[in-house]
Amino acid sequence: MATKKVFGAVEASDLVKELRRSFDDGVTRGYEWRVTQLKKLLVVFDNHEPEIVAALRDDLGKPELESSVYEVSLLRNSVKLALKQLKNWMAPDKAKISLTTFPASAEIVSEPLGVVLVISAWNYPFLLSIDPVIGAISAGNAVVLKPSELAPASSALLAKLFEQYLDPSAVRVVEGDVTETTLLLDQKWDKIFYTGSSKIGRVIMAAAAKHLTPVVLELGGKSPVVVDSNTDLKVTVRRIIAGKWGCNNGQACVSPDYILTTKEYAPKLIDTMKHELEKFYGKNPMESKDMSRIINSNHFDRLSKLLEEKDVSDKIVYGGEKDREKLKISPTILLDVPLDSLIMSEEIFGPILPIITVNNLEESFDVIRSRPKPLAAYLFTHNKKLKEKFAMTVSAGGIVVNDIAVHLALHTLPFGGVGESGMGSYHGKFSFDAFSHKKAVLYRSLFGDAPVRYPPYSRGKLRLLKALVDSNIFDIFKVLLGLS
Amino acid sequence: MEAMKETVEESLREMRDTFASGRTRSLKWRKRQIEAIYEMVKDNEDKICTALFQDLGKHSTEAFRDELGFIMRSATAAINGLDKWAAPKHSNLPLLFYPAKGKVISEPFGTVLVLSSWNFPISLSLDPLIGAIAAGNTVLLKSSELSPNASAFLAKTIPAYLDTKAIKVIEGGPDVATILLQQQWDKIFFTGSPKIGRIIMAAAAQYLTPVTLELGGKCPTIVDHHTIAKNIKSVVKRITGGKWGSCSGQACIAVDYVIVEKSFASSLIDMLKPSVKSFFGENPKESGCLSKIVTKQHVQRLARLLNDPRVQASIVYGGSIDEEKLYVEPTILLDPPLDSEIMNEEIFGPILPIITVRDIQDSIGIIKSKPKPLAIYAFTKDENLKTRILSETSSGSVTFNDVMIQYMCDALPFGGVGESGIGRYHGKYSFDCFSHEKAIMEGSLAMDLEARYPPWNNFKLSFIRLAFREAYFKLILLMLGLIKR
Repeated sequence: MATKKVFGAVEASDLVKELRRSFDDGVTRGYEWRVTQLKKLLVVFDNHEPEIVAALRDDLGKPELESSVYEVSLLRNSVKLALKQLKNWMAPDKAKISLTTFPASAEIVSEPLGVVLVISAWNYPFLLSIDPVIGAISAGNAVVLKPSELAPASSALLAKLFEQYLDPSAVRVVEGDVTETTLLLDQKWDKIFYTGSSKIGRVIMAAAAKHLTPVVLELGGKSPVVVDSNTDLKVTVRRIIAGKWGCNNGQACVSPDYILTTKEYAPKLIDTMKHELEKFYGKNPMESKDMSRIINSNHFDRLSKLLEEKDVSDKIVYGGEKDREKLKISPTILLDVPLDSLIMSEEIFGPILPIITVNNLEESFDVIRSRPKPLAAYLFTHNKKLKEKFAMTVSAGGIVVNDIAVHLALHTLPFGGVGESGMGSYHGKFSFDAFSHKKAVLYRSLFGDAPVRYPPYSRGKLRLLKALVDSNIFDIFKVLLGLS
Repeated sequence: MEAMKETVEESLREMRDTFASGRTRSLKWRKRQIEAIYEMVKDNEDKICTALFQDLGKHSTEAFRDELGFIMRSATAAINGLDKWAAPKHSNLPLLFYPAKGKVISEPFGTVLVLSSWNFPISLSLDPLIGAIAAGNTVLLKSSELSPNASAFLAKTIPAYLDTKAIKVIEGGPDVATILLQQQWDKIFFTGSPKIGRIIMAAAAQYLTPVTLELGGKCPTIVDHHTIAKNIKSVVKRITGGKWGSCSGQACIAVDYVIVEKSFASSLIDMLKPSVKSFFGENPKESGCLSKIVTKQHVQRLARLLNDPRVQASIVYGGSIDEEKLYVEPTILLDPPLDSEIMNEEIFGPILPIITVRDIQDSIGIIKSKPKPLAIYAFTKDENLKTRILSETSSGSVTFNDVMIQYMCDALPFGGVGESGIGRYHGKYSFDCFSHEKAIMEGSLAMDLEARYPPWNNFKLSFIRLAFREAYFKLILLMLGLIKR
């Protein structure tokens, strides 16, 4: 185990100074530098996947398939997309000009913000660290990554791999906990990208406010799943299970948090869930190797408390087994816990799934709307009208109909929250944009000056201005020719 | 203040109820409101010009150019563009996800707060309002107490034209602002100084409220006399207009200071002097074409900037101040020290420092040594210099061979970076500013892939790996058992 380097206020300040010097020297601006860094990341994935998988197993007990798919493959795709599109993304956008400013031409130029800070989370330590870094580098920034200390093996591996492969004059990792994070937050950054809880999101934004630093906050919330009786139940249930327990055992920001369905349909739903859960994880889910464990004893205790609350503990209809030593809780389903219980008030982030029943499906939309806006909202149905109503009236970061979480993998859709679930978005070109300043550039000609612009002001000038405002070319000519 | 707090809470409740009712989602409703803003401005042209004259001594032509005309155009553009802006954007999804569909729809944040400024009290209130309404929000506008007549006009007239349950106006100063900032908003739009911008953002952080901050900075103007000599008359006119022609320099995108080569400085000054005279006559105070300074405090602030003896010594034109008449004479300075206060804070007044350099290329170093401004102006035909400016400096925007006019260009986003702000608006950007871009993905229940589900095995792992790489051919081979993991 390497000895931890001292990282105090001086080191934090020096780090930013150094990266700012690199940025000012133009190290990160060129296309070649960005491409080189991105290609090195590909090498990391090609050569170090087993180590990544091992670190994730250490930190989270994550099954190899999840690590390989959700952390490595997604990242590999993200880098490849950036490499393919970077020239396109970096090119200026031409803008259309109106008559008032003619003759002129205009464009929007993407430029890097400067020196940026990425603070990552513990549940997908590689994905949530490297994906934003890909955006930062593509956009030409110098970047500091602070991985989560709750996933120490992943944090150490990230530090090692970055040091080994990426340009240290512009890309660095700082390991540590709240102490180091606070020191970093005291510095002036040109952008801060944070993935984590709403509570800490507030702290980040308040710190950013001191320097007028723009932020992207990828937070969480209680992502609801509405299940209509008019659906393919087996497929629905399998997707919910895969999206819940198959994604870091419910410890994911877009995890199905709770289900809403009609009183009538709930028994059938629960039966099918029990049936499919057994097929996925066997009769003894505590022994299954296909689920991550709970990250640590703090979270284990937090989740246990949720289950132990009065009027909640007697609503368990499946599962409920716990093993604190192994940090395991079996897939657990609850039926109709009180809406004001603790488990229905905070993001669960674990393998527990409450099912709330309503009299008719539209009521479920009201339940969702009465709560903070989640990162994702899901609906399973064949009913076209219901799909439309859901999409139009439920506010969430993103809406997915008839599937769970896959929108994460789609680089053509912006991924981010709204309200309590966050601000800003990324993935694909949205990542590039998140770390860019879109600078408006207007090229004017020195020829042809309209005296109407300048004092001394007169009635004639006012008339002409009014004509220009309506951009009616005939009126303009009339005034210019003195015919008005 | 208790009464004010209750009023605010009551207003918020009403706006939230209105939003929840869905009324503001209708494009028809939005267009009607924006039309009403257009009508309000058109019907009350004289009243507005009078208010602006009372608050800022603005000439009616200037008022029309910078505020009324601007708003009318903005309203028309929003009405004409709204259908397109509000239409869903369809996204292409990879083949693997077939037949899934993806799109992004713009949805309103909800109930938003617009905090306006005093220098363009009509346009800086109504333009964000147009954006907020176009995007389907309910909105509370707080106009600036430093422009009391314009503020009173808005408070009185907006309720007569717009849907009062959805759009509200509140007047007042910092104490009202404080009460407003204690509430929860779905978005806050602020125009003002960086100092207050920090306070706004910190308050917004409590509720994770997204913000757009249109702030300020020192907008430099580079004059490369080598390449624009032929058109120097135009250049001088534009700089004169850019400094003194709009609210007497009290504009976020006004020319703050000029950078020119030492060898040309006196020629430039010799041309600026008559230019100022041609705009404002021998006695600018009486010209009626030069706006007043907004308050005595601001006159005192500008006086203080000039009081520094080293700055006093650099005055080559103007310099007189009449606090009673809220007048500061159009003033030109030659090389005030770079560490003087006037060269380190946004001037926001009719004083123009001219900073000389040996070589115009050195102007870039000066600009970089200061916080990122809202705009950089450069009069040059040198392509090299243009490229250097674009790539080595950072600012909200860059305009070559003109000043301030980028404000009128709808197709360009208007906003700052760093100290000059966060976010942007104008045209469609206003609509986007007040919208949440919600991703919607619709999958198919029909096609289900076994490989998606536990229990995991090597086959499923290979399948998914290949699927992610979109190596469809190999995927088929895998499924046919022709290749192994």
